[in-house]
Amino acid sequence: MLYLIEQCLNGIQLGMLLFLLAAGLTLIFGIMDLVNLAHGSLYMLGAYFAATFAAVTGSFVLGAILALVATLIVGMALEVIAIRRLYGRDHLDHVLGTFGLLLFFNEAVRLIWGPGGLTLPLPSQMLTAVQVLPGVFYPLYRVVIILATLAVALLLYVLVMRTRVGMLIRAGASNREMVGALGVNIKLLYTLVFGLGAALAGFAGLMQAPILTVQIGMGENILILAFVVIIIGGIGSIRGAFVAAIIVGLIDTIGRAFLPDLVRNFVSYSAGSSLGPSLSSMIIYMLMAAVLVFRPEGLFPAASK
Amino acid sequence: MTALVTPRNTLVAVLLFLLALLPVYCSVTGNYFLMSLFTRILILGMAAVSLNLIMGFGGMVSFGHAVYLGIGGYAVGILAKEGINSGFVQWPVALLASGLFALGVGALCLRTRGVYFIMITLAFAQMIYYVASGLDRYGGDDGLTIYKRSQFFDPINLSNKTFFYYLCFVLLLACVYLVWRLVHSRFGMVIQGARSNERRMRAIGFPTYRYKLTCFVISGVMCGLAGVLLANHTDFINPSIMFWTRSGDLIVMAVLGGMGTVFGPVIGAIALLVLEEALPVLIGGASQLLTGHEVQGAREYWQLILGPMLLLIVLFARGGIDGLLTRPPREVKGHG
Amino acid sequence: MADALLAIEGLTKRFGGVIASDNVGLDVSKGELHAIIGPNGAGKTTLIGQLCGEIVPNAGRIHFDGRDITALPVHDRSLLGLARSFQITSLFPHFTALENVALAVQAHAGHSFRFWRPARTESELREPARMALDRVGLTHRANTMLSSMSHGEHRQLELAIALASKPRMLLLDEPMAGLGPDESARMVKTLRELKRELTILLIEHDMEAVFALADRITVLVYGRVIASGSPAEIRANAEVRQAYLGEQEIAHG
Repeated sequence: MLYLIEQCLNGIQLGMLLFLLAAGLTLIFGIMDLVNLAHGSLYMLGAYFAATFAAVTGSFVLGAILALVATLIVGMALEVIAIRRLYGRDHLDHVLGTFGLLLFFNEAVRLIWGPGGLTLPLPSQMLTAVQVLPGVFYPLYRVVIILATLAVALLLYVLVMRTRVGMLIRAGASNREMVGALGVNIKLLYTLVFGLGAALAGFAGLMQAPILTVQIGMGENILILAFVVIIIGGIGSIRGAFVAAIIVGLIDTIGRAFLPDLVRNFVSYSAGSSLGPSLSSMIIYMLMAAVLVFRPEGLFPAASK
Repeated sequence: MTALVTPRNTLVAVLLFLLALLPVYCSVTGNYFLMSLFTRILILGMAAVSLNLIMGFGGMVSFGHAVYLGIGGYAVGILAKEGINSGFVQWPVALLASGLFALGVGALCLRTRGVYFIMITLAFAQMIYYVASGLDRYGGDDGLTIYKRSQFFDPINLSNKTFFYYLCFVLLLACVYLVWRLVHSRFGMVIQGARSNERRMRAIGFPTYRYKLTCFVISGVMCGLAGVLLANHTDFINPSIMFWTRSGDLIVMAVLGGMGTVFGPVIGAIALLVLEEALPVLIGGASQLLTGHEVQGAREYWQLILGPMLLLIVLFARGGIDGLLTRPPREVKGHG
Repeated sequence: MADALLAIEGLTKRFGGVIASDNVGLDVSKGELHAIIGPNGAGKTTLIGQLCGEIVPNAGRIHFDGRDITALPVHDRSLLGLARSFQITSLFPHFTALENVALAVQAHAGHSFRFWRPARTESELREPARMALDRVGLTHRANTMLSSMSHGEHRQLELAIALASKPRMLLLDEPMAGLGPDESARMVKTLRELKRELTILLIEHDMEAVFALADRITVLVYGRVIASGSPAEIRANAEVRQAYLGEQEIAHG
């Protein structure tokens, strides 16, 4: 039972990271109609920047802040230099162009930081566990991830729902041409949205760095999951991304935790160890396939264009 | 049609000629590395040609096409591990498995379009990647060594590298010819029409879904054949061949060579893999010339150039190498 | 109606809170040219969408030649003999004019699971295509790419493609859209010739053409049929004048 609660919390925590990635992706896709395969690269850069800055300044928090700023800058620069030339084109062009950027970033990171990967150690205060429920102890840092992401989600909600910029974003998501016709500086809006998406991705990358990984190509696996999340949630919908991210995070984590034993009961020990993780991934993809077939606009579709 | 002797056709003819004579060159110079490299190019070229059938002509951008390389390869690998080395069993099983998978996946995927189609094909490929990673008995993540290549009857010996090269060459040409005929047939007209304007195709009476699905299956089977050859070539198969970025490589080959022609992807495969080998050497050589001493690691950063190059191609040379070589047909200005 | 080739009853379509088709009923007799007119937003395009099968109605029935086709998929309706042209030109940009039309011929020439013989050499496809091009006066443009043709020629090609499938009934969605006076006159002439052998349902804004060609006219306003009858009756109908014809120039005589 304790184990189940812990895995649920892990699932939520993974969901939070996925949400950060998915929110940026869905904003960029919803507003600029751009499929961005290089989103995972920004996630990777967030982690690398954080590891480097933390090592240089000696402070985790300072490193994190600097990394966020750096990722934001890289994101906006990328938009101005390369991404904006892809707007309005075929989705295949987006896929190819951003795939090229993905390759470029992998190599650039290898050039600058070497092939080995980095580590980002947790500050010592984080190395404790807190009591989240009676009798249930959970690592403090993971709690921080969950709370920090919830704070970001709340900020995003306020931004999108309650500010003028947010209104433009929502309007842009449902009707691009109208927003342009209103005389809004679309170019600037797009750069800011892309930058926001990049910052979210970078934030996810640096948050997971101490407990997971900082290595080349780390974005490639999770990027696909993020796409699955936005498809299930509904493209352009942040609320959808949130719910879908939690669902996917839970399925993946609980699947990995319990499916091996389940398979072991029915097949064999080794099959359980190897098939278990595969099955939980499969379930997620099948869920996406089901959504695409039965409810293609997603669980919480944004207003239609 | 138009003139036969064009820059592009000349390139194709020259390439075919060089490819046909490559083994001779290798046996004379003793450079068998080149033959191995070009065997790989021929095989991946076949995969790219199969992808272009659905992508360039059918407008179905599959980001999961590399999965068939894996299915074909694993069919060979798994059967070999279980003691079945006969090509007469392995190859049909591989092709059948590829076809069935394409049928199942296609039936679902073709109900979507645009970016959703891209993502769902990617997702299914990832699924199989994870399944293969989970198959402990067949190597899991580490992959599966194939100790004996597919066995046929006596004169056919796949372990003979020269023979294998020519086998791949012939099969590639057969595939290119098959796709060429397909694309110009009635079936091909439906596929191309569906890419051009699917709504109108249905309005004039075509049940486009079944034709697209058939095309998808044919493409999958052809790529499965490439997978069979790849497994035999490397004597090894592992799940990473199915990872989605490998599908991206195939798309790059098709786009680089030119999606509008049947042979274009082969040009793309040649260009990509040759550049991958040659560019680092060139960079290394150039940097040595410029700086006077050997620059460490210059060879490794090929993708630093490939990445932006891909973006530039998308932005400015969308027709790929084909497009650069083909002057557009004389346009008669009809508008007032 | 015993003679009705196309019979629509109670057709209703809602998009969210908007009622695009409100209990629409009309019928088209064999050999008739029946025009549908109405101001923008009247639901004409939605109506055609439901007739072709692209839009599924919320209620109502569509009968073609006695057969209920309400649930029939788009391509099957074409195979039954119901051909449609598009208001916004919807052609195949990568093909020549002849190839465009040949595709329509091919759709009705058996199945297309033929993988070997080049389709461009099949006279079985090219001859009927040529004939359709002749009907609309585009013979000289047979081998021209679409990008080199004018808008007027595109509209003619639209019609040729609809004709190539040897239909029994044509659904024409604003065939005059964007045509200049000469081109319009030519289109009217073509339609007048076609009228003799085909049943036509014509949606149009061009009142001159409508009153010149139509045997009967139905008027749609906000998705409802407000009047249906002969051109003279429609011209005299007060409600129609108020709703629609008041702002339009009406052809006299």
